[in-house]
Amino acid sequence: MYSYHRKSNVMEWKNQPAKYGVSGRERMHEYCSACHGAVVKVRTEKLHGIIPCEDCHGPAMNHPENPEKLTIDRSRELCLRCHTNLPYTTSERHRIPGINPKTHNTGAECVKCHNPHNPSLEGMK
Amino acid sequence: MERREFLQKCIMVVVGASVPVSALTFIDPKKVFAANPDIQWAFLVDTNKCVGCGFCVKACKTENDIPFEAHVSRTWVERYVYTKDDKRYVDSPQAALHGFIDSRIDLGRGEFKEIDPKNVGKAFFVPKLCNHCSSPACTQVCPVGATYKTDDGVVLVDRSWCIGCGYCIMACPYGARFFHPVKHVVDKCTFCYHRLSKGLDSACVNACPFKARRMGNIHDPNDPITQIIMNERVGVLKDEFGTKPQAFYIGLAQEVR
Repeated sequence: MYSYHRKSNVMEWKNQPAKYGVSGRERMHEYCSACHGAVVKVRTEKLHGIIPCEDCHGPAMNHPENPEKLTIDRSRELCLRCHTNLPYTTSERHRIPGINPKTHNTGAECVKCHNPHNPSLEGMK
Repeated sequence: MERREFLQKCIMVVVGASVPVSALTFIDPKKVFAANPDIQWAFLVDTNKCVGCGFCVKACKTENDIPFEAHVSRTWVERYVYTKDDKRYVDSPQAALHGFIDSRIDLGRGEFKEIDPKNVGKAFFVPKLCNHCSSPACTQVCPVGATYKTDDGVVLVDRSWCIGCGYCIMACPYGARFFHPVKHVVDKCTFCYHRLSKGLDSACVNACPFKARRMGNIHDPNDPITQIIMNERVGVLKDEFGTKPQAFYIGLAQEVR
């Protein structure tokens, strides 16, 4: 089939720096637990263990050198991505506990009451 | 030559010839190909697993420096809602960068529609991205030859050659290309080519908590993704366009195009 090729450009794309770190849940947990072992252990055993650390803690390719501290997204909107109640019985979304953001402690950050690493309601602060 | 001598020589020839044949069996074709892996990247989306959290879009925009506030994205998630009175709604507010945190459907032009929960028939989420077609329409229409397909099956754009004419944006049947608001050239999903070449998963695959997005080498028959594509019921988007998309979907509906 007729098309162009820009061979010299391939390396340019390959050499772009990556921002998000190690791939795969197991490898990520292994990498993060080198320093944050206790909290990684809690989260691997609980429901939120499937969420990659970097989804909330931000990209961590060269952490802890650069950036030294990660910018953690503690916003209510971050939790609402999954925990807004949507009446979709046919979607996997239905299996996730949901709240109505307009009535459930409006304006408050979820992490004030809920522990994001151990989200079970017994583990509430 | 005597009959006895002839038979002796025949046996010697047979024995001699059988040595290199048995030596050849030591060469395993799989090992030879493993030394020069023939990679063709393919994407697999399991729409049954997607919950519309939008972490993939956030990770993609962060990894690839696409401004958050711009209404363009390399990947996006669509929400499909079918009502019991047979109406269909599709939306993707801000490409689902912040997920679906509103039960109302975004109709565009600032209008929103609340659907009675009792009236919702079925609803699901579909992540979309560049299909990295085997026979891409976009690479053929470029007047300066800036966009091309790599040997391992990824469609890329040479930013220094692109003149931003927008032909490829029009040619893509999937709406996967857009004009980069900062670089002022065409931009599109690269399968995170820089991450793949470093042995990492692409940013969206990495960010998905539910494994709704996966990637693999479709030329490796032992790759788990290739296994699924070969053995399970998968579909592609807009097959009739003849572009041979390399993004495969589990759980497609006919309205998803």
